[in-house]
Amino acid sequence: MRWKCVAVCLLAGVGMFLAGPVQASSRDETFVIVREQGPNSLDIMGIGTNRPAYGLSWNVYDRLVTYGKKRHPSGTRMYDYEKIEPELAESWSISDDGKTLVFHLRKDAVFHDGSPVTAEDVKWSFDRAVSVGGFPSFQMSAGSMTNPEQFTVLDAHTIKVTLPRRDKLALPNLGTPVPAVINAKLARQHATDKDPWALEWLKNNDAGSGAYTVGAYKPGVEVVYRRFENWKSGPKPALKTVIERTVPSAATRRAMLERGDVDMSFDLSPKDAADMSQNTKIKVLGQPIENCMWFIDMNVTKSPFDNLKVRQAVAYAVPYEAIFETAAYRQGAILYGASSPVPQNADWPQPYAFHTDLEKARQLLVEAGFPDGFETTLSYNLGTATWGEPAALLLQENLKKIGIVTTIEKVPGSNWRTEMGKKNMPLLVDNMGGWLNYADYFFYWNYHSQNGVFNTMSYQNKVMDRYIDAARTTDDPDVYRTNIIQCIAMANADAPRLPLFQPNLDAAMQKNIENYTYWFHRQVDYRDILKK
Amino acid sequence: MISSKNRVLRVKKGGLAGGAALSKERAVARFIIKRLLAALPNLAGVLLFTFVLARALPGDPASYLAGPAADPAAIEEIRRNLGLDRSVPEQLLLYVRDIARGDWGTSWATGQPITTEIITRLPASLELTIFGLLLATLFALPMGIISAIRPGAAIDHFCRVLATLGVSLPTFFTGLLLLYVFYYLLGWAPMPMGRLPAFALSPEPLTGFYLLDSLFAADGETFCAALSQLVLPGLTLAIFATAPLARMTRAAMLAVLSSDFIRTARAFNLPDRQIVFGYAFRNAMGPVLTTLGMVFSFTLGANVLVEKVFSWPGIGSFALEALLISDYAAVQGFVLTMGMLYVLVNLAIDVILVISDPRIRMDA
Repeated sequence: MRWKCVAVCLLAGVGMFLAGPVQASSRDETFVIVREQGPNSLDIMGIGTNRPAYGLSWNVYDRLVTYGKKRHPSGTRMYDYEKIEPELAESWSISDDGKTLVFHLRKDAVFHDGSPVTAEDVKWSFDRAVSVGGFPSFQMSAGSMTNPEQFTVLDAHTIKVTLPRRDKLALPNLGTPVPAVINAKLARQHATDKDPWALEWLKNNDAGSGAYTVGAYKPGVEVVYRRFENWKSGPKPALKTVIERTVPSAATRRAMLERGDVDMSFDLSPKDAADMSQNTKIKVLGQPIENCMWFIDMNVTKSPFDNLKVRQAVAYAVPYEAIFETAAYRQGAILYGASSPVPQNADWPQPYAFHTDLEKARQLLVEAGFPDGFETTLSYNLGTATWGEPAALLLQENLKKIGIVTTIEKVPGSNWRTEMGKKNMPLLVDNMGGWLNYADYFFYWNYHSQNGVFNTMSYQNKVMDRYIDAARTTDDPDVYRTNIIQCIAMANADAPRLPLFQPNLDAAMQKNIENYTYWFHRQVDYRDILKK
Repeated sequence: MISSKNRVLRVKKGGLAGGAALSKERAVARFIIKRLLAALPNLAGVLLFTFVLARALPGDPASYLAGPAADPAAIEEIRRNLGLDRSVPEQLLLYVRDIARGDWGTSWATGQPITTEIITRLPASLELTIFGLLLATLFALPMGIISAIRPGAAIDHFCRVLATLGVSLPTFFTGLLLLYVFYYLLGWAPMPMGRLPAFALSPEPLTGFYLLDSLFAADGETFCAALSQLVLPGLTLAIFATAPLARMTRAAMLAVLSSDFIRTARAFNLPDRQIVFGYAFRNAMGPVLTTLGMVFSFTLGANVLVEKVFSWPGIGSFALEALLISDYAAVQGFVLTMGMLYVLVNLAIDVILVISDPRIRMDA
């Protein structure tokens, strides 16, 4: 009798498993992708918009121009930053002095509500991007666009952009996610006196003209994209529906992909990428993130790192190989061990001329006047601890061997920016990546005397500034190349920053998925993906 | 037979239940109101404590929100917009005023109002917790009762080992293990994708509990889909919650089974089933119910990790995320909701106890 009761309970449990078999709908035109974090806004120009939201905006909104595609040497399909192609603008012209850009919009483009895309909408969107402040305004300024007066409507389908000076980044910058074209008529209806740019409304509502509409948006759970059948700005996407689910646990994401239940798992940890590339049933596509690196910074205004010999000693004490092995699982490209501190070409990023040599490090430390070493603090960002923690621990271990005793300071992710801004950290491990793949862009933000927030080494050198500025302002490829080579050589010689590796962006997918494309914004472009 | 049962009851209750002049319903209503009023200072304390705690945490939300390329001016502007440039007492006053107006603020992480987040996420957590607890009760009560009837027998030892295992395994580990076996290896369980499979539509929200909502909508397919998603995370919680319930049931049953009125019942040669379920279990229910209330509270806490493993869009995973990025409003909203929930759960348990056991007095 009592046993019967237990048996019934157990049977009920098993029955529940069988109650709901996984239903298989037609999935040929549906794409299911899982990722750790989902978008927190539908508005790329909103305050605090996170990275996954750039991807959402990319698929739901159109920009005036976009980029061509090419193959990375590793075989991955990637965007081509040298090839600007039409999106909403079918053609454009640039004046001889480079200060005036005129864009002619395609006449058949419509927003998701069916209203036509006009130059008015473009102006409102650009005005908004330069006016709301924060990240979008900053990104616009990278192309010398800072003031609404720079945008003039010539007629319903023509818009003029005026620049204060020639800027080679102006056109490419219009292909980044920020200058998305918003349905101004629709958004204006939801603007208020307190919120003239409809920030509240656009956060949760789609006012785009892009290839996909937002079918469902549940922050932290899922986004469902539906193909917009009237999209005219490019070839019709193959996928009818895209389901993007937030799955916080890496183990769960991996199990789903390996069982074949989802089509793609995006933005893998280096360990998962290394492990999953051993699995023959799925494919892992990755390539080093452009213009991005992990590095060790020394604050040159803080003793003893104001001493070049001390910095060089540290440079030779870093266990580069071990860090690349443990922090990146060898996923990425190495940025150390070059044979000469003066580079042969202006490729960026490229290895610096440092390698591990503890004997040399000890000797340099003696020459610097610290035969017994010293004590200092080593900081890293807890928000990126997957890479930062092993790198910091390995560095600590090796520095101890040459007498430098470090205390590790773990800074919470939300506080890291503040700490960077204070420029108080003597020694740190961090990473930095720029959207636009130009070496001068990287050097300007990291090595220039204007001492921006990314210059955590507080490095200021007038000679370096001259090379950077020359590279930024020139149109001559030879002048550009010569100056970038000088920049890299000087960064090697002064050694305020020790590059470690260029991390990978990895996506794992089923074998039948084609045309995954690497983009500088590090998000998935669903418009191209094919399911064979 | 009937007369002997009444006699047993009289023996059991003695004179304790007598003399209740007020009607039971009115007494219960007064008791509930009194308890709710008494909970208000507690909630005020919770409010104050989390407010101060959230601000004592390291982290600067303004610079986090400003993004990777902000200049100090932009960060200052955001700080002003958020009201973070004001003094802490001033911020507290504004916060209390907003709470009183029903405005719990906006989450920075998801961009949604906290109230919306809680309304959509709390039912997800509650459905999972209640389902897990139901499963746990289904396992724990028979286990506890059987071990109490046969103390020291093999079945008792087996139950003890099972309970010890259940409570000593961390929930995320049990979760991953179940996932590995039933989803990855056997393929019996559906994808751990949250409350519904990728292609299912959520039912019309009435209660926010998908099982109930789909029943109301007479949608068998959604019901099965939601149920199958619930099984593994529910089982994970159940394994964790079974141990305290089973042990408490056993202890309470042992105490009751050795008491006088059971001996009397046995002396009257009543059938075993009637003694165990009719008399002993009813009297052991008090401590079991109290434990159930406690287990409910800490299962809601244990949810955080289970939710993460099974991508469950509940309130626990939301709060964890919020804590990591100093999302003040979200953290405060979460703690306040939990505080209110605990008050309600404890009240409900007390009311049930009062109704089920006349020996417990309401002003106690």
